[in-house]
Amino acid sequence: MAKRRNTDEVVFEAKDLHIHAVRDDGSHLPIVKGVDFKVRRGEVVALIGESGSGKTTISLSALGYCKPGLKFAGGEALLLGEDVTSMTTEELRPLRGEQVAYLAQSAAATFNPSILINEQVTEAPILHGTKTKEEADAKALELYQALELPDPENIGSRYPHQVSGGQLQRLMAAMALCGEPDLLVLDEPTTALDVTTQIEVLKAFKTVIKQEGAAAIYVTHDLAVVAQIADHIVVLYDGEIKEAGPTEIIINNPQHPYTQRLMAAVRPMPEAGQGDVTSDAHMRKSPALEAKNISAGYGSVGGGAPKVKVLEDVNVSIERGKTVGIIGESGCGKSTLARVFAGLLPPSNGDLLLDGERLEPALADRSRDRLRKVQFVYQMADTALNPRHRIKDILGRPVEFYSDKSGAAKRERVNELLDMVELPRQFADRLPHELSGGQKQRVNLARALAADPEVVLCDEVTSALDTIVGANVIELLKTLRRDTGVSFVFISHDLSTVSSFADEIVVLYAGRVAEQGPTDTVLSPPYHPYTRLLISSVPETRIGWLEKTIETKEAMSGISGAVDLDAIGCPFFERCPMAIVGTCDVKKPPRREESPGHIIECHREISELLGG
Amino acid sequence: MKQNDHYVAPYDENVSFDELPDAAPSARFRLSVTGWIGAVIVTFWVFIAVFGPALAPYGENELPFPDDYSEFQLPRAGAWLGTDVADLDVMSRMMYGAGRTMGISFVATTLAYLIGVVLGIGAAVSSPRVDMVMSRINDAFLSLPTIMLGLVVVAAVGSSIPVLMVTAGVIYASVIFRLSRALGQEIMVMDFVEAARVRGEGRWWIIRREIWPNAAMPLMTDFGLRLIYVILFISSLSFLGLGVQPPQADWGSMVRENLGALQYGASIIPVIAPALAIATLTVGINLIVDDVSAHSGGKLSKRL
Repeated sequence: MAKRRNTDEVVFEAKDLHIHAVRDDGSHLPIVKGVDFKVRRGEVVALIGESGSGKTTISLSALGYCKPGLKFAGGEALLLGEDVTSMTTEELRPLRGEQVAYLAQSAAATFNPSILINEQVTEAPILHGTKTKEEADAKALELYQALELPDPENIGSRYPHQVSGGQLQRLMAAMALCGEPDLLVLDEPTTALDVTTQIEVLKAFKTVIKQEGAAAIYVTHDLAVVAQIADHIVVLYDGEIKEAGPTEIIINNPQHPYTQRLMAAVRPMPEAGQGDVTSDAHMRKSPALEAKNISAGYGSVGGGAPKVKVLEDVNVSIERGKTVGIIGESGCGKSTLARVFAGLLPPSNGDLLLDGERLEPALADRSRDRLRKVQFVYQMADTALNPRHRIKDILGRPVEFYSDKSGAAKRERVNELLDMVELPRQFADRLPHELSGGQKQRVNLARALAADPEVVLCDEVTSALDTIVGANVIELLKTLRRDTGVSFVFISHDLSTVSSFADEIVVLYAGRVAEQGPTDTVLSPPYHPYTRLLISSVPETRIGWLEKTIETKEAMSGISGAVDLDAIGCPFFERCPMAIVGTCDVKKPPRREESPGHIIECHREISELLGG
Repeated sequence: MKQNDHYVAPYDENVSFDELPDAAPSARFRLSVTGWIGAVIVTFWVFIAVFGPALAPYGENELPFPDDYSEFQLPRAGAWLGTDVADLDVMSRMMYGAGRTMGISFVATTLAYLIGVVLGIGAAVSSPRVDMVMSRINDAFLSLPTIMLGLVVVAAVGSSIPVLMVTAGVIYASVIFRLSRALGQEIMVMDFVEAARVRGEGRWWIIRREIWPNAAMPLMTDFGLRLIYVILFISSLSFLGLGVQPPQADWGSMVRENLGALQYGASIIPVIAPALAIATLTVGINLIVDDVSAHSGGKLSKRL
């Protein structure tokens, strides 16, 4: 604890930093174009920008590291006054882990699955010789406590797969901090987490950074997160700083048009009255797609019930031209429900109805025309588009397959589709890797529309996209819904995205419907306790939101444990602040219909759920 | 810039901020220096294989010095690599042997690929049960030592060039089966394949249009490597006397025929020259393969 505590000390400084990509022919392509900023002791500086803005490249320069194909092309990156850009790997090795530590986005990929957690957490300082085994263990324990990990004395003697995702993310912070570095580089450490988990991780990070007196560079594209954790914000676009300053100025009074655009793309808080009420122009008598008492799971179906139950008794009806949002944390079964609709996973129980007629549960039994009517859009456009097919073939195939158009008629339809998703027609001749992430996602959507479907299943289609790009895709979906009358099933863990787009929301928890109904009624009291937790966990782009939220009883109860899908009683019992011991843990909750179409499954009376 | 100051970059109201492109400049394929060396060596041997018989100064079994009956002569005018155990011109025999060694190996490897890829990708797209049966049979095949298996087959059926080709082809098909099955499975779980299945595409279409374009490149890289093994296999069989039969020349059998030279302390060129030819050809192919696999790089998921 001797090497620190001079508060005004500059830990890291980038001085006119230039980083170039070196092409095969030796020519340079500038990636970072002269960036200046300082990080002082005890301070968190956020680098924000969309993908391609150079934010990760800049943050890695603090470790003296450039990704393959990149090189430092000018300026300095000063770590405690020393320029790391000119150091050799040998010179950098003692710095890494001792003075600067890096926290990657995925803890699951950082930890070795076959080594005990504590051994990995304490590895760096012991290897560098800065701590003995006993000192490192003591430090690790101190960090486990500071990070509010359950059972801090013993958590280190578990393997990575034995703790939850949020816990592993915090353990990764412990790993980075164990060597007591002066600077911590965090690269999108909460992006892959559920909102409820994100809160606990953010809180732990914030506490521990202050407590350790370290400085931090926090890389993210999420302004709401930045508002909670950063002291200063540096806004990047295309390798240049567009705006920089204290958090409250950037959040509350952004000056640069780019920063303003970023702020405008922040999704509004989920509130009643936002739900997009679509016209009934496309209405018909029967719903486009209906799920009746669906149960499903994985593993062999012995005696009717699958080995691993994922969905239980789910009822959803998708009206023509309407959008149903399906929301819940990871593992709640929302993607499984989409797979059941698509015919990829035949349900173990229950029926699917298409246009009021029974739809064959398995893909192989459905006729081509019925396959056409239900289309699936994948989350990752990168893996959903065959990298060796040109866009015209990706879009042309379903056109040809379902409508027997060929030659000029097919080409015309491909052009129409590109117009629909607002892409230039010349893109038809490109390969997927020649497009940006948002453009690929548009092609992905166009492929589903090429079938001329009645229902499009969208599985987390905006999750992998930057805020602005994601907002544009949502706008496009709204336009498409209006113009085509297609119904959408929109699956997401992000309540604010769903609530701005869906007519109806289904809240899934542990494979069961906790609450469902028209968007406005779900987003206003009475709430299911789980819905309330989800709503309160959506981060607001407001300074001080985190501190206020963690005080509330929802958040305190909401620290997630593993969800047991076979639990008797109400699955939410363990986390529920309103749980009735002796009832909720033994009896299945009743289905209460609060108003027409608005269903809450809870033991509590509606009147009790209305109150705070 | 001072940290506490609020910095705003100069801007133009009319400039829009378009989505930034994915930073993935695709590198064009180029041979490195070692790759070029490999290419020169391989080109040289392919040239010899094709035009060797036409260019050779003597026939395959033509005595260069009909009046001189001493074997293992040192290089001299008219026989630049000397003569061998049968008093034949070493250089001419090597030029005839090049085409035979490389031709048999190439055909055998192609055959191995035809069998291995069809069955391997077939197994990858089949039901788990069919895949299991095919894979276990293949595992049994893989556990047999290749040279022993080759020896037994050739000893039983008798050696001829078609037998050699088929034997090597079938033996090496099991390795290709494993490789293409693994590749196929890796591609089968990609979303774009599932998208095709949800669309209702048939199995054949999925193999042809979704899997094959993504599997072709890694398989091609492996072809070069596998060719080396087959060359060594054929040469080994010939060396053991079960490959190409005299009086036909091939590099492996040339080494064996002339082994006696070592015993007599005569010219070692008839032994060294074909051995060196095998070595340079395999090293040359290897150098090219190294470059190609470095370019296409590792796993499919990384290339996407």
